[in-house]
Amino acid sequence: MAIDQQVSSIEAEASSAIAAASDEAALEAIRVAELGKKGRVSLLMRELGGMTPEQRQSAGPALNGLKDRLTAAISTRKADLELATLNKRLETEREDLTLPPRYEPVGALHPVMQVFEELAAIFADMGFAVAEGPDIEDDFHNFTALNFPPGHPAREMHDTFFMKPAADGARKLLRTHTSPIQVRAMLSSKPPIRVIAPGRVYRKDWDATHTPMFHQIEGLVIDDRVHMGHLKSCLTEAFSRFFEVPTAESRFRPHFFPFTEPSAEMDIRCDRSGAEIKVGEGNDWLEILGCGMVHPNVLRACNIDPEQYQGFAFGLGVDRLAMLKYGMPDLRPYFEADIEWIKHYGFKPWLLPTVTGGLS
Amino acid sequence: MKFTLPWLKDYLETSADLPAILEAMTQAGLEVEDAHDPKDALKQFTVCRIVSAKQHPNADKLQVCQVETADGMKEIVCGGLNARPGLVTAYAPIGAYIPGSGVTLIPKPVRGVVSNGMLCSGGEMQTDEDPFRLRIARFDDWKFRAEALGLSEEQAIADGGIIELPDDLKVGSPVADALGGDTVIDFEVTPNRPDWLGVVGIARDLGAKGVGKFRLAEVKPVPGQFPSPVNVRIDAPEACPVFAGRLIRGVKNGPSPDWLQRRLKAIGINPKNMLVDVTNYISFDRARPLHVYDAAKLKGDIVVQLGKLQVIETPVDAPVPHILLKETFEGLDGAKYDVEPDYCVIADDDGRRTIGFGGVMGGTSTGCSIETTDVFIESAWFDPNRTARTGRATGIISDARFRFERGVDPHSCVNGVELATRLILDACGGEPSDVVVAGNVPAGPPSVNFQLRDMKRLTGVDMSADRMEDILRALGFDPIVPARMKEASRLWPVDVPSWRPDVEGSADIVEELIRIEGYDKLPDEKLPAPEGPVRVVVTPLQNRVRTARRVLAGRGFLETVTWSFMFHNTAALMIGGANKLQASLTIDNPIASNLDYMRPSMLANLAEAAQRNADHGASHVRLFEAGPVYPGDKPDDQRMHVAAVVKAAKARDWQGAPAAYNAFSAKADLFAILQALDQSPDKFQVGAAEGAHWHPGRAGTLRLGPKQVVASFGELHPAFLKALRVDGPVLAIELALDALPAAKAKTGKTRPVLEKADQTPVTRDFAFVVEEKVPAGDITRMAMKADPKLITAARVFDVYRGANIGEGKKSVAVEVTLQARGTALTDEQIEAASSAIVKSVAKATGATLRS
Repeated sequence: MAIDQQVSSIEAEASSAIAAASDEAALEAIRVAELGKKGRVSLLMRELGGMTPEQRQSAGPALNGLKDRLTAAISTRKADLELATLNKRLETEREDLTLPPRYEPVGALHPVMQVFEELAAIFADMGFAVAEGPDIEDDFHNFTALNFPPGHPAREMHDTFFMKPAADGARKLLRTHTSPIQVRAMLSSKPPIRVIAPGRVYRKDWDATHTPMFHQIEGLVIDDRVHMGHLKSCLTEAFSRFFEVPTAESRFRPHFFPFTEPSAEMDIRCDRSGAEIKVGEGNDWLEILGCGMVHPNVLRACNIDPEQYQGFAFGLGVDRLAMLKYGMPDLRPYFEADIEWIKHYGFKPWLLPTVTGGLS
Repeated sequence: MKFTLPWLKDYLETSADLPAILEAMTQAGLEVEDAHDPKDALKQFTVCRIVSAKQHPNADKLQVCQVETADGMKEIVCGGLNARPGLVTAYAPIGAYIPGSGVTLIPKPVRGVVSNGMLCSGGEMQTDEDPFRLRIARFDDWKFRAEALGLSEEQAIADGGIIELPDDLKVGSPVADALGGDTVIDFEVTPNRPDWLGVVGIARDLGAKGVGKFRLAEVKPVPGQFPSPVNVRIDAPEACPVFAGRLIRGVKNGPSPDWLQRRLKAIGINPKNMLVDVTNYISFDRARPLHVYDAAKLKGDIVVQLGKLQVIETPVDAPVPHILLKETFEGLDGAKYDVEPDYCVIADDDGRRTIGFGGVMGGTSTGCSIETTDVFIESAWFDPNRTARTGRATGIISDARFRFERGVDPHSCVNGVELATRLILDACGGEPSDVVVAGNVPAGPPSVNFQLRDMKRLTGVDMSADRMEDILRALGFDPIVPARMKEASRLWPVDVPSWRPDVEGSADIVEELIRIEGYDKLPDEKLPAPEGPVRVVVTPLQNRVRTARRVLAGRGFLETVTWSFMFHNTAALMIGGANKLQASLTIDNPIASNLDYMRPSMLANLAEAAQRNADHGASHVRLFEAGPVYPGDKPDDQRMHVAAVVKAAKARDWQGAPAAYNAFSAKADLFAILQALDQSPDKFQVGAAEGAHWHPGRAGTLRLGPKQVVASFGELHPAFLKALRVDGPVLAIELALDALPAAKAKTGKTRPVLEKADQTPVTRDFAFVVEEKVPAGDITRMAMKADPKLITAARVFDVYRGANIGEGKKSVAVEVTLQARGTALTDEQIEAASSAIVKSVAKATGATLRS
């Protein structure tokens, strides 16, 4: 039989066998039978050596072509078979993806702690460091150094928590405001001073709008030039940022605090006409904080010469501020650790307040 | 403090309207709380005159009236029995809202006749200023009236008839002109301004503020006509340095005049009789409290002294000659009080009888009544602190106490007597004695040196010397201003008025100036950036708190804030017994008896909170708190902890239940925090739990060295939970953030070059059989020690117990990782390392390899 005929007859047989191969083993058997060392095609190719050059010239390409075509056909068929096998397996790999994943509890941060961080971010950007002080204070830091006169009602058991006297007769108290941190900051560092001081404070009051423990933040700036104009613009800017409005229009009113002179209260413009208070618009004023120029007596008590240095201080209730910004209607649940409340009013753990990235 | 607008205008000549006055008050520091114009409520009602009144065709008890009104002649159906031709009364047009009955008038037929408005009673207009009101006790047709007019039966009973107004009122004029009370303003008096407790003081500041012209006439003394038969002796000048008084005899006491009653009522004070009303009036007019005694009831002279014990003589044969008792004093409020030695006492009968607590309250024994004919007026000055103490001790709240404890103008004693004299003589007649004054007026506030530069220095506001002087004088200060070179002067001595005890330095003068100038004049100056390079403003501890909170929240914990105080018994459980409790951490006056001790740990609070949530149906509770704990009361004793609890429900899952949250889950959460804080958990040793609140076998500690406990984790003790009434199990962690070692000071921010291993790590598994008591941690530690350079990890992956191992033993399977560098390990090297590991572990723990 001529080579040409053999090639076409092998190709026809092999092609149908490849197409009929039902698995990879059958396919491999075909490959061995045709292209293996003793395969039909290989044997024919071996005969090329005994051919005349003319014969070889036509038979060579024919056999090589056959080999290539069969190889390709086997490989294609193999890929088809693999795909079919995979598809068959995938047929069995079926999941009901409406089923729930394993339960993962979701955490949250307490709003008052978040607001502390928001304020810290704002004031840090204005160059304020964060100062701290103890909750258990003494009379000097909480009252005397802050120019509270003897006999002031705040010094009474009625308003302030006192500890039982220690062995030496000294009687500590739970700080009634964060202002003693001012005193500690002034006593422990030299001007210029620029700090904020967040913390827990305590007053003997427990009703619908008061809790015996709450949070304040205090600010203090001491150098040789800051005045009430700086105070005004610093706080207006800080609370515009805090409430995340373009500008929170502010109003300063005279007030009285023993530790500042002159003293002021700061209001910001708000709208109370709706169900919730809107800051930055409207015709009403909302009292935000107390502030003023540090009283010369306070500076003196902290070994700072009031003729040489001056400064301002401010203080505010953080719980109430959080209520204003985030709409919590009631103060008391802050301290009740109710998981529904924390989930509802809390913050996602990865929400880190920054000046550049936004506060909330 | 309340006052009325006309009262203010006694001392402030002004045409300013109410909003302008309120704004000026706010600007000057008088924080307005409420301003209420009763006329506003009467706006809709105008005066009308009934021209004719005819019987309603379909109703016996109604009349159809033709009424001359602001809107012309109207036909109005009226149920008032007193409706009659010629009556001047109040008219409400259709559309008006009637506050007394809560209805808005519509043109609705009443029994077939349309009423074009309403004739109103005082009750319907909700005004109690109804002097002309017809009093009909009850009349029998109230049910019918209620039905006809849409009133409740109660209102129908109360409002018997329509209001009867004076005949001379003009039809169409506002009813408010005839009935309306005065505008009442209520504001907060800051404790530094006792002078604002009198209308005069308010007017003075508003005058300075420019809202009107302040005017105050000199007090003209009334000459005495005889020496006072009652004299005053001061035995306690420290409590009462000065006491002025005067007797007026032959007075005819009775109701005070209408104008006075009206003012007192407007500010919420019930008029009693002229003598008493005068003291109240002057108290609010001048911030000058007075007291009046019925002179007939006084026994001899008045003595001012500190409270004395009463001497009760005993019978001759008694074992003691006398008994000392606390005297009982009956105040004008009718309550009885013990007389204490700290009180300032007004006494008579040569000091034997207490007739008043000075500055706080007078007594019933010598009080004035309608029968009083001889009255003795007291106008004294009482020490603020003692007054406050007496007030608090007795619980008496009085207008006198309120003023004296803030500081009354000491120079007002004699004027107070004179003002009262004039008012009493005008209303009650009588003859005044000479004024008696005992003691000396205490020194007023000393003059202050005002540094003119302080104005600009503290406020940033430029103010001319002229303006400064004007403001100060308007407020009653007397600055000594050089006649020449005024603008260039640097310092003014300023005499402070006697009613301003709060002003004691230059900064106070600055406050007066800027307060009157207006805080709106403060410049808007940006706070300059701090000098020097940008600093890190958050301390490492603050950063730790921040990170730890976020790790826990990220792992499913909810952040709480719980009380810093707890029950001392609970605290005792956590610190090793009641004998460890410290007095200096115990609150003497706690808000509640179970919140009386500063917490040594927040775990009890968190466990209780978890139970509260469970009680409300929460099945899986994870709570945490980052906050202070208090091992001692010194400033440095306070510690910053983060603690968490888990009260886990039995987990169910369609894929098979995962392991319940246990001590190792707690350990994982703790390790997660430590890793986030850059504290490798490996550097801590695991030790036994400390404190009776931890489970003895399922809780542990992380320590730095044998003593220093940095963290605890595991299960809370069932007995502890039982004491807290918490259902267990509760898992917990507590980490002392400030006990963690400080990060090593780095010289720079660059990190060492990464030395990436060039050989693949080799792992080998070992199963060590050890006694049950051998900690797995010892096995892994000893395995690591066998060749610290080569061995990079040793991790337990299985613990097996079974009969084939032997009683009291366990098999601990450990995967050890060998990491070669440079050249690959040969089999011989691996073999050598393996035997070194087995040897090291066996030597330390007695382990054998499981066969």
